[in-house]
Amino acid sequence: MRDFYGIPLANGLMLGTAQYPSPAILAEAFQRSGASVATVSLRRESGAGRAGQDFWALIKDLGVRVLPNTAGCHSVKEAVTTAHMAREVFGTKWIKLEVIGEDDTLQPDVFGLVEAARILAEDGFQVFPYTTEDLVVADRLLHAGCEVLMPWGAPIGSGKGLNNLFGLRAMRAHFPDIPLVIDAGLGLPSQAAQAIELGYDAVLLNTAVAKAGDPAQMAEAFAAAIFAGKLAADADPMEPRDMAAPSTPVIGQAYLS
Amino acid sequence: MNIQLNGKPHSTMADTLALLLDEAGYGGAAVATAVNGSFIPLTQRTYQALRDGDQIEVLAPMQGG
Repeated sequence: MRDFYGIPLANGLMLGTAQYPSPAILAEAFQRSGASVATVSLRRESGAGRAGQDFWALIKDLGVRVLPNTAGCHSVKEAVTTAHMAREVFGTKWIKLEVIGEDDTLQPDVFGLVEAARILAEDGFQVFPYTTEDLVVADRLLHAGCEVLMPWGAPIGSGKGLNNLFGLRAMRAHFPDIPLVIDAGLGLPSQAAQAIELGYDAVLLNTAVAKAGDPAQMAEAFAAAIFAGKLAADADPMEPRDMAAPSTPVIGQAYLS
Repeated sequence: MNIQLNGKPHSTMADTLALLLDEAGYGGAAVATAVNGSFIPLTQRTYQALRDGDQIEVLAPMQGG
């Protein structure tokens, strides 16, 4: 697997921490899946309630790498400021950079994304940009200082899987040395396996696990699918073809008609 | 003075960001701060004077995807 800013990950599962029925189930999902990265966010904290402090203690106990996000940011300024705040609180240079451009699809504002990525990379951040499969945008992000790309599979929370197989395959072929992560839109483990079979290095998902009837079991299922996908990708899959080709030998077939 | 703390009106006697955090119960908490939309690092909170009408954001780790 390709490194992420010099950090090798044990597996290609990056798991979100939102929407679980309880903190205990969140922890169980991480334990059963062995997910190597946890995504987190920053939100307003009440001085009386201090709910974020308990959550942060839980995440630290998981013993995984933390990837803070800039979820909900719609402008470059918001995203850059949030990234700075996240770096201080979480103590990491990693930032999952989201600059949302459209509310129905939560599609990234790729223009703002490139600008924010440049500002943050120049300031020492290691940026994981949530982007589309657009190759030109991807190239601009790399020139802005990104060393990882995270194209969406489908809109966040939609569970539709890999919407644009052609585009995602082209992206893998176009940037053979860049770590690529499918971020968002996955609903089933088979879709994660498909992403890894395409040669993607990791998948980042949240809703598909957290909203399953049994989140911990679904997390384990995703981990197994990613493992299978990696085995398959490393085994050099056959090329598909349009016409049938018999697998059973034709030579020696009896004449029975 | 009257300020906005996490989007709500808040009256305070504190004249610096650090004192405000202590007064409002954030002592020792893992939080990040911004004043009027600008990030204020931990090391600067003691020197960050507050003014009437300032908008203060105090953020903490939270669930995210």
